[in-house]
Amino acid sequence: MSLKDKLDELHQRGLAEIKKSTDLKDVNQVRVSLLGKKGPITEVLRGMRDLDAEERPKVGAFANEIRDDLTAALTKRREELENAVLNARLANETIDVTLPGTPVAKGEPHVIQQIIDQIEDLFLGMGYQVLSGPEVEEDKYNFEMMNLPKNHPARDMQDTFYITKEILMRTQTSPMQARTLEKHDFSQGPLKMISPGVVYRRDTDDPTHSHQFHQVEGLVIDKHITMADLKGTLQVLAHELFGDKFDVRLRPSYFPFTEPSVEADITCFNCGGKGCNVCKNTGWIEVLGAGMVHPNVLKMAGVDPDVYGGFAFGVGPDRFAMLKYGVDDIRNFYLNDVRFLTQFTKKG
Amino acid sequence: MKISYNWIKEYLDLDVKPVDLAEKIERTSVEVDDVVTPSEGLKKIVVGHVLSVEAHPDSDHLHICQVDVGEDEPLQIVCGAPNIAKGQMVIVALPGSRIAGNVKIKKSKMRGIPSAGMICALQEIGFSDDVVPKDYVDGIYVLPADATPGDDVYDYLGMNDSLIDLDVTPNRGDMLSLNGTLRDLAAIYDKPVTLDQPEVKETGEAIADQLTIHADADLAPQYRMRLVKQVKITPSPMWLQIRLWNAGYRPINNVVDITNYIMLKYGQPLHAFDYDKFAGQDVYVRNAKAGEKLTTLDEGEHDLDDHDIVIADDQAPIALAGVMGGLTTSITDETTTVAIEAAVFEHDHIRKAAQRHNLHTDASQRFERGINRAGVQDALDAAAEMMTDLADGVVQTGTAVGSDNVPEPAVIPLSLTHVNAVLGTTLELAKVVHILESLGFTVATAGEDMTVTVPIRRNDIHIPADLLEEIARIYGYDELPTTLPTGRMTMGTLTSAQKLMRATRHSLEGLGLNQAISYALTTADKAKMFMMQPSAETDLAWPMSTDHAVLRMNVVTGLLDDIAYNTARKVKDVALYEQGRVFYREDGNDRPSEEEHIAGAITGTLMPAGWNQPAKDVDFYQIKGIVAAYLKDMAINGDVTYEANADMPEMHPGRTADILVHGHRIGFMGQVHPTIAKKFKIGATYVFELNLQAIIDMPKQENQYDVISRYPAITRDIAMLVPDEVTNDQIVALIEKRGGAFLQSVKLFDVYDGVKVPKGKKSLAYTLTYQDKHETLVDDAVTQAFEKVEKRLQDDLGAEIR
Ligand SMILES: [Zn+2]
Repeated sequence: MSLKDKLDELHQRGLAEIKKSTDLKDVNQVRVSLLGKKGPITEVLRGMRDLDAEERPKVGAFANEIRDDLTAALTKRREELENAVLNARLANETIDVTLPGTPVAKGEPHVIQQIIDQIEDLFLGMGYQVLSGPEVEEDKYNFEMMNLPKNHPARDMQDTFYITKEILMRTQTSPMQARTLEKHDFSQGPLKMISPGVVYRRDTDDPTHSHQFHQVEGLVIDKHITMADLKGTLQVLAHELFGDKFDVRLRPSYFPFTEPSVEADITCFNCGGKGCNVCKNTGWIEVLGAGMVHPNVLKMAGVDPDVYGGFAFGVGPDRFAMLKYGVDDIRNFYLNDVRFLTQFTKKG
Repeated sequence: MKISYNWIKEYLDLDVKPVDLAEKIERTSVEVDDVVTPSEGLKKIVVGHVLSVEAHPDSDHLHICQVDVGEDEPLQIVCGAPNIAKGQMVIVALPGSRIAGNVKIKKSKMRGIPSAGMICALQEIGFSDDVVPKDYVDGIYVLPADATPGDDVYDYLGMNDSLIDLDVTPNRGDMLSLNGTLRDLAAIYDKPVTLDQPEVKETGEAIADQLTIHADADLAPQYRMRLVKQVKITPSPMWLQIRLWNAGYRPINNVVDITNYIMLKYGQPLHAFDYDKFAGQDVYVRNAKAGEKLTTLDEGEHDLDDHDIVIADDQAPIALAGVMGGLTTSITDETTTVAIEAAVFEHDHIRKAAQRHNLHTDASQRFERGINRAGVQDALDAAAEMMTDLADGVVQTGTAVGSDNVPEPAVIPLSLTHVNAVLGTTLELAKVVHILESLGFTVATAGEDMTVTVPIRRNDIHIPADLLEEIARIYGYDELPTTLPTGRMTMGTLTSAQKLMRATRHSLEGLGLNQAISYALTTADKAKMFMMQPSAETDLAWPMSTDHAVLRMNVVTGLLDDIAYNTARKVKDVALYEQGRVFYREDGNDRPSEEEHIAGAITGTLMPAGWNQPAKDVDFYQIKGIVAAYLKDMAINGDVTYEANADMPEMHPGRTADILVHGHRIGFMGQVHPTIAKKFKIGATYVFELNLQAIIDMPKQENQYDVISRYPAITRDIAMLVPDEVTNDQIVALIEKRGGAFLQSVKLFDVYDGVKVPKGKKSLAYTLTYQDKHETLVDDAVTQAFEKVEKRLQDDLGAEIR
């Protein structure tokens, strides 16, 4: 038997042994027995020295070829067996993926905060500043400079928490209008601001009244601001907060600090405008008050009403939240039942 | 004010349904509360003629009536009304009918006697108690004798009319009348309207010989009276009663009803006095004198003072001007001479008087808003005319006038450019002029400049902006273009304080706390708990309740209230934070200063027990973990340290720490004192409160890239026994100070205080991590440094290395 034939035979026998091996230990034994230092291939190669110089490299190359092939076969077999072992283990590790996930501590922003943030972001994008004023105000800023002199009928003592005759809990965030107007330098640009915050009214708490609630006041003053601009701004606000399919309409109203004054209604959430008992069959729901800033307000703040003018609006985030989410009791916002607070989790 | 659709239609040719008319008013003029047609929802309610009335054999108050309802056979109806009588025309709810409140009437038996339907009181078919004529309040209503049995009752009672309830804003006093509403509608629909002109027949003696008025024109710019003699007090005719009850007024008698009717029509409150009850022939409009008293029509007794305006005769006040008449001179069935008062009182006085005496009447409401000073005589004449027609009265010749101040009409310049510049419109001059004229204003033009003269009745219009509103609303807000402000650009950015407040909220939410918004007005007790600095309390002058009477000086108590609310509702795991203001006041100042605070409170467990993890009750170290993580997020430039504080009365003395930055106290945290927790009815609760303003004001670290070393780190663990009073902070500080150049971090990994440790000692174990950023550390260098630390721990802190 020639060396080559021996090698051929070794090759065939080796492949058969590899194929037969059933676990990693087998594979290892086969490897040692075939390719080890005392293995048959080494043995055969040792016999090469008896060959003539011409044959020797040929047989050497052949022997290497066979060794490589067996090595590859061993590797492949080992991988096959390893995979089988792994698969068996993984099959064993199967879990019920429908069991609940491990809870993660996570808090939610208050629903009113979410609405305020949304309003802030919208108006920041339109170049407004966000300003917050004191919650304990002077009568002067809360009323007088808003064109509500002391004996004004719209100014009912019943509605205001006074601390002294001149100091009170602000009933609206409008005082920031006056405070800002007084300071604004119109040579540096128009005044565009919103003022969010807590306000207070002397009310008994019930499902629709709260002695504490929120307001976002908006104000734009420049040389050429129109009522059409007010209408457009309120429409953008309604679309941002409620969605594009909501329309805005204006109705005449009365506020001492604006003239003309309007109430803005938006399409009823409940019926989409068809009419239902929520909207008293009008298809519309009153959401905010607005108007063109009264010349007296500008004058009192030292702004010339013949040159400058603009609009103001006041939004109630509590009312918005009640409408948007169907909250039926305003007190929910201030009692902080965790089951209430964690209902408003939609982000973005 | 409830205004009748039918009444409007008598004057204006409108082809619109009541709901559409109401919608138009709401869109153009004033708010509409609702539109009601009283007959709506009622069914099968007809006129019945009572043919006979017999006593019920088994009842002392029920009667068995045979009632003709226009059918072949009369119906037998058992009726319990005390005023039922044979021959009456009555309201019958037939079997199968529906009455007020959606109640169905069926055939039934009453004490054994079959009864086919029901004879109704007005209240039973939807009338409010307040408008039912006195005679019929406690019984059935009796219809006029000429009613036809079997007819629906609705038209007899005015119930097919529609009533539009206007919610008139304070500026639109003119809309509190039919005439004012008609004028607005005429402009809205662009239709002509002709209002009634009164025609008085003065057939009596001269009034001057019978009545003299002395009026202070400052108190009553207009004060007039007419005298009507020989009046016969009777019930008003049906049409007048219907007008009144549909407007929400109870019909009383012809004279009183006429005054209310004229008020509804003209907006001018009137008062009818019984002239014969006057002491003398002189009437005074003056301030009351201290000590004077007046009993008003509603039998209320009022002590007067010199703030009140009264109408008085020679002896005493006879009316609280503009609010309510006095009882002694009121109209009774015996009255024969009526003095009708038509006046305008100063609105501020009336407002205050109505408040002071808690008498808010329809008259005072109109005076407060201001009424048409130019229309006083018309209203007075119309009332006198009606007293002739409906009470056979003889109107005395002339009007007694105490004061006659009519202001000049407002004359307002207005330019077309201004109109379009403010409204954002491109209206033409003719259009603007037409709108103003349709409202009854007079417009003179010179080029694009207008001069607008406003009728006295529109006392709400003084300046160009007022005219803009008139133009805008009549033109229609829907017609305005929709644009956004243009002009110079502005930047919209949050200030760094606002950004930090947002970051604060996001950080705490990420740490598992829900945002709460609690009441800032609280009880005097709670307001001054958990104080972080001394302050006087700030009280409301007239709180609504003691629960919300004082401005808070801490945020924590609001959160404890919230936890109590949750606890009472069996919600045991609560984690809240609140960002809000506290109000500190210095003695001597009226006004407190406002400081932004941030507070948190946790109770129960932060992470509830699940199927794969046990619950872990909240503890000090959890609230501390939250505070530390939050403060790390805020990147304050300076060391944050925690010092035990045993002195806060509301906090657990052994589980409370002050929070310091650079040694400056910015807040506290720890466990609420068990006795306080008990007061709030809550379980073990851990809280923190921080001065957020201080955090805003402190300098911050900027984020900076730090090279991550490629060289391996070496760790060494050290366990030691130390005396109980040695704190972790001391040990860590010492290790950090003596750890050498390569010490990167010190991490506590075990604390043991159990039985295996000698009394008075505790066991602590730390992992020290060493690393060189520039080359591989050699073991020897670490060993050297580590041994040094061991020695210092033994020497300085008495540690026993284990
Ligand atoms: Zn609706």
